[in-house]
Amino acid sequence: MSRRLPWGAMARMTGRRALAAVPVLLGVTLAVFAVAEASPFDPVKAYAGTAGLTASQENLDQLRHNLGVDRPLLTRWWEWITSALTGDLGDSSVMRRPVADVVTERLGWSVLLAATAFLVAIALGTLLGVLAGRRRGGLLDRTVSALAYTLEAAPAFWLGLLAIWFFALRLGVLPAGGLTDTASDTVTLDQVARHLVLPALVLGVSQLPWFFLYVRQGVGDALDEDPVRGARARGLAERTVLTGHALRSGMLPMLTLIGSRVPELITGALLVETVFSWPGIAAATVQAATAVDFPLLAALTVLATAAVLLGNLLSDLLYGLADPRVGFDG
Amino acid sequence: MAARTVRRATAAMATGAFALTAAACTNPGTDGAGSTGPKDSAVVGIAYEPDTLSPLLGYGKDGNSKIFDGLLAFDAGMKLTPALARELPKVSADGLTYTYALRSGVTFSDGEPFTAEDVVFTYRTILDPKTNNPSRTELDALKSVEAVGDDTVVFHLKYPYAPFAERTVHAIAPEHVAGGQDVNTGAFTTKPIGTGPYVLSSWSKGEKLTFQANPAYWNGAPAVKKFTMAIIKDDDVRATRLRAGDLDGAILPPNLAAGFADDKAKKTYAATTYDYRTVTLPTHNPVAGDTAVRGALDIAVDRQTMVDKILEGAGKPAYGPVPTDSPWFARGTERRHDLAGARKILDEAGWKPGADGVRAKNGVRASFPLWYLSGDKLRQDHALAYASDARKAGIEIKTQAGTWEVIEPRMKTDAVLAGGGAPGDPDFDQYLLLKSTLAGDGFNNMAWYDNEAVDRALEDGRRTNDPAKRKAAYDTVQRELVDDPGYTFLTHIDHLYVVNDSWDGLTTQTEPHDHGLAAGPWWNVETWKPKNTGDTKK
Repeated sequence: MSRRLPWGAMARMTGRRALAAVPVLLGVTLAVFAVAEASPFDPVKAYAGTAGLTASQENLDQLRHNLGVDRPLLTRWWEWITSALTGDLGDSSVMRRPVADVVTERLGWSVLLAATAFLVAIALGTLLGVLAGRRRGGLLDRTVSALAYTLEAAPAFWLGLLAIWFFALRLGVLPAGGLTDTASDTVTLDQVARHLVLPALVLGVSQLPWFFLYVRQGVGDALDEDPVRGARARGLAERTVLTGHALRSGMLPMLTLIGSRVPELITGALLVETVFSWPGIAAATVQAATAVDFPLLAALTVLATAAVLLGNLLSDLLYGLADPRVGFDG
Repeated sequence: MAARTVRRATAAMATGAFALTAAACTNPGTDGAGSTGPKDSAVVGIAYEPDTLSPLLGYGKDGNSKIFDGLLAFDAGMKLTPALARELPKVSADGLTYTYALRSGVTFSDGEPFTAEDVVFTYRTILDPKTNNPSRTELDALKSVEAVGDDTVVFHLKYPYAPFAERTVHAIAPEHVAGGQDVNTGAFTTKPIGTGPYVLSSWSKGEKLTFQANPAYWNGAPAVKKFTMAIIKDDDVRATRLRAGDLDGAILPPNLAAGFADDKAKKTYAATTYDYRTVTLPTHNPVAGDTAVRGALDIAVDRQTMVDKILEGAGKPAYGPVPTDSPWFARGTERRHDLAGARKILDEAGWKPGADGVRAKNGVRASFPLWYLSGDKLRQDHALAYASDARKAGIEIKTQAGTWEVIEPRMKTDAVLAGGGAPGDPDFDQYLLLKSTLAGDGFNNMAWYDNEAVDRALEDGRRTNDPAKRKAAYDTVQRELVDDPGYTFLTHIDHLYVVNDSWDGLTTQTEPHDHGLAAGPWWNVETWKPKNTGDTKK
C-alpha cells in the first residue's frame, strides 16, 4: 500500500503543461483584444457614462486619445503584453484604478465563493451518488436523478433568482446579496459567512448534477464488477465494500470531471456573482466586457484561462495517482 | 495509498464544506428584516453608482457630493449660497472676472487646512486635457484661475457666461493628497478626502457606499452619523428591501411608490425635475425636418395623457427643456392638444392623406423611424404613445429599440426618444440642445436644429448678467420653438422617493435627469434631525 508518490513524473508533466500554456495564454489575450475591438461597444462612451451625453465631441475625442483606444489593435496588444510581462498590468478604465489593485481586491472573494461551491458540489454529489448508485432504480435514486437532470438544464442565474425569492424574500432567513449587511461598513466573518450561503449553494447546486451522475454511474457499475462481488463473497462489511471498492473505482471518472468543470464553474460564477452582487472578479469581468476595458478584461481572461489549465492539470495528476496505469504522459 | 489519498481528500472536502455551511447557518436570526437601527444612521437605496469619487474626474460637479464642498452650494430652492466661499462672488462689469473670498479655518478630513491653492489645483487639473474628465465641456467658458493670497481665488473667463457661478458648486479636491497621484487612476479616485460633511468609510463597487459624519465639519457635525447608499439597480428589489426594513429610503418608480401610500411610517417625496423626455426631429430627415410636420406633431401629441397614463400623474407636460413651473418658462408657450389643428397644418402644407391613411407630399411618404434605448420601459412607452398620436394625424412613425451603439450613427436622419435635463440656469439645456454650431457634436443638438433667431438669443442670454435681458432672450428662444419646433418635448418626470418618517428636515431640490447620489431627499442628509422617538414608539 505504501507506494512513494511519483514526484519526478508529476513534475515533468507539470513542466510540459506550463510550457504549453504560454502560447495558449498569449493567443487568448490577443483573441480578447480582437473580439472586444470587433464589438459594437465604445470604450469612450462607457468611460464617460452619462456625462458623455452632454460632452462636446472635442472632449470625447480627447478622452479617446487619453485612453489610448484610438491606436491600432496590435499596437495596443503588444504594449499591454510587454508591460504585463514586466509586472505592470495597466490601468482599468472602468474601475479608474490599476488592474493589479482590482484583481487583488476581488480575487479572494471569488476564490472563496468558487471553492465553497465546488466543495458543496463534490461533497453532496459524491454522497448522493454513492447512495443512489447503491440501489439503482430505488426511490432515492429516481428522485435525485430526476432532480439532477432538471438542475442540469436550469441556468445558474435562474436558480439564483429563485433562491433569492424563496430564502430572502419569502422566508427572510438569508440576505439577498452583497458581501455584508447593507448597514454594515466592516467586513466581519459571520456576516460574510451568512452572505456566502446562498451564492455558494446556488453555484454548488448548479454544478452538482454532473458529479452526482458520474459517481452514481461509477459506483453502480463497480458494484457489478468482479472485485466487488468477490469482496462481498469474502463477507466484507457493506460499508467497506462501498467505500473501499466501489467508491474507489467509481471516483475515477469524477477526477477528470473536476478539471473539466472548472470552465463551467467560472461561467457559473459570472452569473451568480452578478445576481448576488458578490464583489468578485467575475462581476468585474462583466463590467470590463461591456465597457471594453482591455487591460482589465485581458487580465481577467488570462486568470480564467490559467484556472482552466490548472484544473485540467490537477485532474490529470489526480487520475494518474489514483490509477497508475494511466501514468503521467501528459 | 492512492485510494486512501483520494478518500482522505474527499472526507476533508466534505467536512470543510459542511463546517462552512453549518457555521453560516448558526446565525440566521439577525437578518436586517424588521430592524430599523438607531436613528442616527440611515440606509438608502439608489439606482445609479458614481463612476469615480474624484472631483477631478467629474464627481460632485453639481454639488451635494457629501464628501466634498464647492465654493458655492444650492439651497432647497436652488438658490446659490456660499459654502467654501465666504460670500457670493464679485463679478466684474464685463462679466469676465469672478472673485471669490474663501472661508477661513476650514480643514480637510485629514486635518490639513483648505486654501486657495486647492481651488486653483482643482480647476486647473480639470481643464488639463490629460485629465479624463468627460464633463470638462461644462467649464468651457473658463480661461484661467489664480490664487490671490491664501483666501482669494479669481476666475477669468474667455467670454461672458452668466451661469458661471452655478458651475462653481463643483467639489474641491485637496492638492496635498491628489496632487501627487495619477489623476486618472490614483488611489484618490476611490479613497477621496474632502472638506465635506461626511467621510467615505468604504466603497464596495456595485454594492454600496458608506459614509461617517465628519465631526469637524465647518458647518456643524451632521446628526445622522452614519449614512449608507446601497446601489440596487432593480426597482423591484429596491422596493422589497425597503419594505423588509433593510433600507430607510429609496427612489422608486410611480407604480411601486404607490404601494407605500398606506404605510404610515413612511413618507413619499415627489421631487420636481428638469428631467425631460423629448423626440428629436432631425433637420436632415425630409419628413421630420419639415416645419409643417414638426408643428403638426407638436400639437397632435397628447401630453397630458402621457403624464396620466405613463407617469401615473407624477410629472408634467413639457413644451421645451424649461419646465412649466420654472421662473424661466415663457408663459403662453404651452401647446394645446389639437388633432384637428394638426391635420389642418398638414393639409395646408400639401401633405395629402394616401390610401393607407399616411400622408405624402411630392412623392415623399410622411414616415420616419423613431429609436428608443432598448430596455428603457419609460422611453418605450413614450415612443409608442407618440407614434400612436402621430398616426392619428396621418404621420407614420416606426418605433425601433436599440442601444446607443446602434442609435448614434443614425442620429443625423432618424428620430430618437431622448432624455436629459440640468436644473438651474436656462442656458444649460437650451444651449446644448438648440445651438446650431453644436449640431451632431457628440450627443448635443441631436436634431441638428438650426434657427438663426434662436442662435442669437442663446448667445445674448449667456453673455449678460442683467436678469430682465436674460429673461427676454430665453422667452425668444421658447417662442421660436413654438413656430419652428426641432423637437417634440413630451414630459417632465417627477422623481419619487419613499423614506421612513424618522427624521425632520427632509426636502427635495429641483432635480436633473441624471439622479445620482446628489439627488433625492438625502441631498442634505447632513442637516436631517432624528425625530423624537418617544411618541412614535410608546
